[in-house]
Amino acid sequence: MSSTAAVAIGGAHPEHHELGFLRTYVFSEDHKMIGRQFLFLALFMMAIGGLMAMLMRLDLAWPDTQFSFLRIFPQSIQNDSAITAATYNSAFTMHATIMIFFVVMPILVGCFGNFLIPLMIGARDMAFPKLNMLSFWVGAVAGVIMLSSFFVPGGPAAAGWTSYAPLSAVPIYTGVDWGQNLWCISIIVLGVSSLMGSINYITTIINMRTKGMYFFRMPLVIWALFITAILLLLALPVLTTALALLLFDRMGGTHFFLPSGGGEPILWQHLFWFFGHPEVYIMILPAMGIASEVIATFSRKPIFGYRSMVYAICAIAGLSWMVWGHHMFQSGMDPELGTSFMLSTMVIAVPSAIKTFNWLGTLYKGDIHYTTAMLNALSFVAMFVIGGLSGIFMACTPVDMYIHDTYFIVAHIHYVLFGGSLFGIFAGVAYWFPKMFGRMMNEKLGKLHFWITFVAFNCTFFPMHILGMGGHMRRIYNPTQYDFLKPLAPINMFISISAFVLGAAQFIFLANIIWSCFKGEKASENPWNANTLEWSAPSPPGHGNWPGAVPAVYRGPYEYSSPESEADYLPQWQVAEHATAAAD
Amino acid sequence: MLEKMLEFMYFPHDVSTFGPQIDWLFTLIFWITVVTWIAVTITMVVFLVKYRTKPGRKAEYIEGNTRLEVIWTSATAVIMIILALMSRSTWADIKENGPAGQVFYNVTAKQFNWEITYPGPDGKLGTKDDVTIENEMHVPVNQVVRIDLASKDVIHSFFVPNLRLKQDAVPGRVIKVWFEATEIGTYAIPCAELCGFGHSGMQGTLTVESEADFQKWLKDQYANANQ
Repeated sequence: MSSTAAVAIGGAHPEHHELGFLRTYVFSEDHKMIGRQFLFLALFMMAIGGLMAMLMRLDLAWPDTQFSFLRIFPQSIQNDSAITAATYNSAFTMHATIMIFFVVMPILVGCFGNFLIPLMIGARDMAFPKLNMLSFWVGAVAGVIMLSSFFVPGGPAAAGWTSYAPLSAVPIYTGVDWGQNLWCISIIVLGVSSLMGSINYITTIINMRTKGMYFFRMPLVIWALFITAILLLLALPVLTTALALLLFDRMGGTHFFLPSGGGEPILWQHLFWFFGHPEVYIMILPAMGIASEVIATFSRKPIFGYRSMVYAICAIAGLSWMVWGHHMFQSGMDPELGTSFMLSTMVIAVPSAIKTFNWLGTLYKGDIHYTTAMLNALSFVAMFVIGGLSGIFMACTPVDMYIHDTYFIVAHIHYVLFGGSLFGIFAGVAYWFPKMFGRMMNEKLGKLHFWITFVAFNCTFFPMHILGMGGHMRRIYNPTQYDFLKPLAPINMFISISAFVLGAAQFIFLANIIWSCFKGEKASENPWNANTLEWSAPSPPGHGNWPGAVPAVYRGPYEYSSPESEADYLPQWQVAEHATAAAD
Repeated sequence: MLEKMLEFMYFPHDVSTFGPQIDWLFTLIFWITVVTWIAVTITMVVFLVKYRTKPGRKAEYIEGNTRLEVIWTSATAVIMIILALMSRSTWADIKENGPAGQVFYNVTAKQFNWEITYPGPDGKLGTKDDVTIENEMHVPVNQVVRIDLASKDVIHSFFVPNLRLKQDAVPGRVIKVWFEATEIGTYAIPCAELCGFGHSGMQGTLTVESEADFQKWLKDQYANANQ
């Protein structure tokens, strides 16, 4: 075990002299500041991604209608004050791209990964602070490149976030030229940012855990971020490769994905989903970790089946490499191959079920406190259950034949990504806000935001299952063009109105963050009486995280209501009363 | 009963031979998931109410239960694997083994139409007298139709909701598709895969008619083609 060496490395940071504004807030090498930077970058992008969703819902409720207020947007989003077929395609492409690559990933991996890993394993910073800074700034550049595509002739990418070739490979097929090129370049650049981040996380977690922080004493969120970083490290190069080939096809006259020159369109799908399915778990594993922390803390109970939770994370990560073909059942891929992907996909439900049952087990005989963080974490579990169960329909190849590319899929993905990842993010922000900003987040605003979001979310996305059962295709801007979809129009209207409420409610979240940053009640070191190591540092922690020595760890992260302690928590850093407690 | 339920859930009326198998699997998964969801949600709500914080009560220190872990892991695994095995034969029937064809067409997708090629009076595809019509597919009822599906430009997806049929059309490939329509009527053939700015609205019509009507229609098309 290298934990003594780890302390030495962690302790190697000399006392810091005061850094200037630029080094503190802009080009910071401090993992906590970089984490906050990722958070604010992502919140900004979330506003844009959310706006795209609002425009789509506006169009789906009132297709082909002019709204004079749309005039304020660039021509790439509206045409003569209306959402047209072409701008609609750009809207959903950019909505998904921004939400996946610039909101959920930066918050879960960039923000929480950066902020939590050193604090929770007992390190003074990341293994490579400069690389960490570079990771954020490269990510920010990727964001600028992506946003700039709104202003180039032809508008932003319009081939869907999946960018299936040949549609994405030949400019005339979408009518988008530079928008798609910039899309590819932006995500290649973002991939570099993520790679730097993931190398840093893996190195830090393996080498810099404090004394006593054995692997099986790590909090589940650290396990989740660790496994996520490994997935990122292995999955992103595949996407980068695919994007490079796509760029060559678009700009260099090659035919990797174009059959006219002997290329293969389905190759793109294999490469994309070989990255894309691990990516799905990259976006859910950290949220699962967050939910585990929050649920254990506010149930005042050890997480039920800690080891099986860890094994489930590993199993999900392992299986995530074997299921990509389930996105391609109807693609013309050999149907026999479809059968094997169906089997592996059904099997990946098992570790997800284990996690769900363990969360329920954690609540059992707990002492449940309904904080904003807890409400969001519980809603994560409830929504993830729906998203997981609806996944079984599309795992079943014959059923998928009917519901593939319909709103059933849209419902499923939003139950997992919004109901799952985003509620996980809300829970995480509410839970660690005191540590991040030194002030408590306003609970009243937090709960108001939660309840409106929870209701509006379900009103928005649940009816999409019904649209899908009615055969409503995704990615069509005007359902009234189809006679068989006409009975579904009132549902579309209902969804749009709910979506507007959902969108508006997010301003409460933003307002709460801003208000609480300045006016929130000052937070103590450990406001939730939690066990994990970050709560032993000041709120917010200064440079180097702990003013004195880095605390050592004496026990697992979830010793809540332990018979060994009077209080209903027993922090990891508290020196044991019994000598035996130090042994694992 | 099944039909009523599906109708209630906005399922388009099924008119294919394999549709009932798909709907049956859908319904099976529907009930499995609904029962699971209700069980999980009720358990959760009961715990949330029963174990809400109360002054003077401490949570019970429970670290886990290996027997429970084994039970729910194996139960989930068994259900999922059985489900996969049950779906396998339906999938193979639809995508691999299909019955011998009686009627043969080529369908070629392009931005943003379906080109349907009918064999000419010689009854053979790929000869000079073939007739190609955009977006109008006529088939005789209760006969196995076999289609060679291709695309000229981007990926499209041949989707007939009433047949529960969907298959991507991929440029550079010819993909075999079959169906047998069981009821006379007209049904939509939308494109289900994003194929560009004209994707929304790309649709054809499938007309299922009696053998006599079909032959008559075909003759009319031959006559039109020769004009």
